[in-house]
Amino acid sequence: MKVKINGQEKDLNGSSTLKKAIEQFSKDTSRIIAEVNGKIIKGNQWEQTFINDGDTIELVSFVGGG
Amino acid sequence: MDTPLIIGGKAFANRFMLGTGKFKNKSDLADSIRSSKTEIVTVALRRIDIDRHEENILEYIPENITLMTNTSGARNAKEAIRIARLARESGCGNWVKIEVINDTKYLLPDNNETIKATEVLAKEGFVVLPYMSPDLYAARELVAAGAATVMPLGSLIGSNQGLKTKELIKILIEEIDIPIVVDAGIGAPSQAAEAMEMGADAVLANTAVATAENPALLAKAFSLAVEAGRLAYLSRLRAPQGQASASSPLTGFLHE
Repeated sequence: MKVKINGQEKDLNGSSTLKKAIEQFSKDTSRIIAEVNGKIIKGNQWEQTFINDGDTIELVSFVGGG
Repeated sequence: MDTPLIIGGKAFANRFMLGTGKFKNKSDLADSIRSSKTEIVTVALRRIDIDRHEENILEYIPENITLMTNTSGARNAKEAIRIARLARESGCGNWVKIEVINDTKYLLPDNNETIKATEVLAKEGFVVLPYMSPDLYAARELVAAGAATVMPLGSLIGSNQGLKTKELIKILIEEIDIPIVVDAGIGAPSQAAEAMEMGADAVLANTAVATAENPALLAKAFSLAVEAGRLAYLSRLRAPQGQASASSPLTGFLHE
């Protein structure tokens, strides 16, 4: 299944939930905030959120800034 | 002697805010937070790099520090609002420093878009601290839109030029009833002290501290300068005079 994650086309290894998709691309998931197709998905809903072919996923986190 | 700084219903003893960008290593940041005793720091939100593991900056910021997410990267109100909403989902609080910048050469904030974003986010319950060009009308609109403070720039971001907008900031201090936080361009503790002496409520610095050879030492110097300036302001120091005024009594017995 092909999705767009943070602007890059990626193949999901058969993973179908948002939780599995995030775990595939990040080791530390504690402070990640996720958007699927422009909609924020809260952490407690990652497991119930199913990803479909062609979805756009944004994963953001905190960095230093002034 | 001093009253605490109140923002968004929270009280702060320390009036120096620290930005967390540009630090060469995260331990310098942690040391700077500690040495300055700052209580409010800014952070930014970015896409994670999905091809490599990145350090989590929040591990270097103690839990009792108030986090303020900036909306850097936003070019209009809509993008700033999106960043703020994302940040709130992290569970790191509802403080947002609105920063809307279109111009890539001077990095000046767009006051109009900032006002629009402030209005929406304040209604949604955010504590909104808008970064702005010091303009009285814009500041009044930000107050009406529900801003918790206004953050006028001292000079261009990262320029270390100090208080180039001094006279305009003075007008905001005079006319605006919410806290005035001088942000951007503050390159030395003396400049921070100057802002506080004239009545600013707080100062935020980042580049100057992060790029110093010893960031933690400069962070402490900034914090002390902010406190010194604050105390001077509270003392109601006198304005400069054109004439000399003897500070020792001229008893006159030598020439009688």
